[in-house]
Amino acid sequence: MAECISLMSASSFNQADIISTVEFNYSGELLATGDKGGRVVIFQREQESKNRPHSRGEYNVYSTFQSHEPEFDYLKSLEIEEKINKIRWLPQQNAAHSLLSTNDKTIKLWKISQRDKRAEGYNLKDEDGRLRDPFRITSLRVPVLLPMDRMVEASPRRIFANAHTYHINSISVNSDHETYLSADDLRVNLWHLEITDRSFNIVDIKPANMEELTEVITAAECHPHQCNVFVYSSSKGTIRLCDMRAAALCDRQSKFFEEPEDPSSRSFFSEIISSISDVKFSHSGRYMMTRDYLSVKVWDLNMENRPVETYQVHEYLRSKLCSLYENDCIFDKFECCWNGADSAIMTGSYNNFFRMFDRNTRRDITLEASRENSKPRAILKARKVSTGGKRKKDEISVDSLDFNKKILHTAWHPKENVIAVAATNNLYIFQDKIN
Amino acid sequence: MRYSYQRRTCAIPRAKMFPKGTKRKFSDSREEPVAGGEDVNQSSLAAVRMLSSYSLQRQSLLDMSLIKLQLCHMLVEPNLCRSVLIANTVRQIQEEMTQDGTWQIMTQALSAANAAAQCSADRLVATEVLCRQTEAAQGEQVPKPFPVVGSEGCPAKEVLEEEAAAAEVGMTMSTVSPQAPTSYLPGTFGMDPCWEEEETGEDDDDEEEEEDSEECGSGSEGEERERDSLVEDTRTAEQVFGTFEIKNPAPSPDPALEELFSDVDASYYDLDTVLTGMQSVPKMGPYDLLESLSSHGPSPLSSSTSCRSDLNELDHIMEIIVGS
Repeated sequence: MAECISLMSASSFNQADIISTVEFNYSGELLATGDKGGRVVIFQREQESKNRPHSRGEYNVYSTFQSHEPEFDYLKSLEIEEKINKIRWLPQQNAAHSLLSTNDKTIKLWKISQRDKRAEGYNLKDEDGRLRDPFRITSLRVPVLLPMDRMVEASPRRIFANAHTYHINSISVNSDHETYLSADDLRVNLWHLEITDRSFNIVDIKPANMEELTEVITAAECHPHQCNVFVYSSSKGTIRLCDMRAAALCDRQSKFFEEPEDPSSRSFFSEIISSISDVKFSHSGRYMMTRDYLSVKVWDLNMENRPVETYQVHEYLRSKLCSLYENDCIFDKFECCWNGADSAIMTGSYNNFFRMFDRNTRRDITLEASRENSKPRAILKARKVSTGGKRKKDEISVDSLDFNKKILHTAWHPKENVIAVAATNNLYIFQDKIN
Repeated sequence: MRYSYQRRTCAIPRAKMFPKGTKRKFSDSREEPVAGGEDVNQSSLAAVRMLSSYSLQRQSLLDMSLIKLQLCHMLVEPNLCRSVLIANTVRQIQEEMTQDGTWQIMTQALSAANAAAQCSADRLVATEVLCRQTEAAQGEQVPKPFPVVGSEGCPAKEVLEEEAAAAEVGMTMSTVSPQAPTSYLPGTFGMDPCWEEEETGEDDDDEEEEEDSEECGSGSEGEERERDSLVEDTRTAEQVFGTFEIKNPAPSPDPALEELFSDVDASYYDLDTVLTGMQSVPKMGPYDLLESLSSHGPSPLSSSTSCRSDLNELDHIMEIIVGS
């Protein structure tokens, strides 16, 4: 049973507030969101305390900063959107937190640090900061640290620019915590976190003649444990696993994952709906999950010819593909995520619905992220879309689904059953009701 | 350097597209019409209807796809993944149409229609584009891969220049209500495209001249209307993809005029030459040519009215220069 613990939304809705990425950090204490206006908002979980027993781990705003600004490419006379495509946290190495955020062209490393203490009792300057006259100092004192209002500041520490001709769709931090990869439509680059003026190109699928281009890279991710392994997915529904030890340019994959097409369901839209919009390794590193338009598939890394599990997200849309092609919804890129134990997966759908699948029990549930259902501590009710002719009470018919309300970005706390769901410009946070 | 073009709203009637719940299967409604049936019985009528419905649907999908490719938001770079997927869909339709013979019939009809259009003044500009396309289509039975020209600089530009196609041509189609199918390929003759050319940047003069001499005079005006959307043509898509590369070529002079003055001695325009007096044996200068093209007699070269008005202007200017 899921209950809503927080709902964050901008007071007035404009395009810039549309959330474009959501990501928990390694401990789950922090939750970062990026939006279309280039801003990053970080939420921090309240410590449960005896003073406020009902707060129960609410997430409140911790820091807000402008990560990317709109740019103009003078060479091509085109604007470069400031929309944040992805945020990935770096493992915490000291008191500060670091994350990578990227738009279409530039990746930035931000350090977020907080100060909640200040020193008082300096010898050489007084409280206003003015220098004290040295002749007046008659005794020495040790400055003391006093609490102050918490101040959080974010500063850009590295800017990784000019390495991508095409639009960046993924970034992924490597398990060595020193390197990370970035992928655009045709290339994957490997960076060192300390070096901004150079990157290694490890995958290049750009054909010599652009007329022959029929496939693009849609997502890429590093293996969670093996720092030499990464995968990238394509618009043709294939996933390639590459080993960086094999060659400098990983154009030839070590493994090639593709499910053979079902000839009976072939249509002109088959290729489009097979295009993979997201790929995620399981925390264990044994499986990976891919999201295409209508389904989520779980693959065993040791079996390339078909997935081990397939979950239908919204099969009732299969008969509507032409309309969805016309209004461009068929190109929506849904993400997917694992829970901490790899026992459940979650992905979004339309009408502000999102779906969760339990891999063990094979049960699935559809929930809705909406204001009416999401007052704090309100329990979410399971939703159902009626596919047949008869519509039962409380069911929603396919034709009354709102295709403008799409949930593309979801995130699952790495340890607990807390999920974050982005519905256009609203961020919903739900958790499992324990008692 | 904004890419802009005339846009006609393309209203693909929803009701005609895909009835609710219909699964578009590749093998759907591919029944062959009954050959040599004396009377048109119910089953063959139904087969024809289903086949034409499928062809109509396929045609609609093709038109829609090409519109999508053109209507890129040129403020920001278009989404390459989306473009590639749409292009692959178009290619798929094209391949299927090639396999069932629709493609060849369509291109043949188009070449005939183009021939008629050649001599029509107000279609001059548009058909020049079409002619290039038909040539390309006729040359290949197998559809070429669609070029999805990316957002890069030089390499893509090279590709465009190789093709020698006007990369700035913007085309729109309007789907008039499809007429009743007279053949088993209703999609062919149902649409009435409307071409509006943006700029004829890299016109190929030789090509136009060649086709002018070959095909002018054949065909009828009526066929012009029945031209099917050339959207399936690879050239169209290449030009469409060319929009990814923003190009703004200098406007070229009227090709007919260029031809006219190709052998003219430029020194004749030189004021010095003029002021030192007429030469004893005047060469065939621009003024002579202009005279021969005067509005008294029929123009031997071009029927373009716009061409003629330019010539009159030049006539006037030449009079001033030569001083007669």
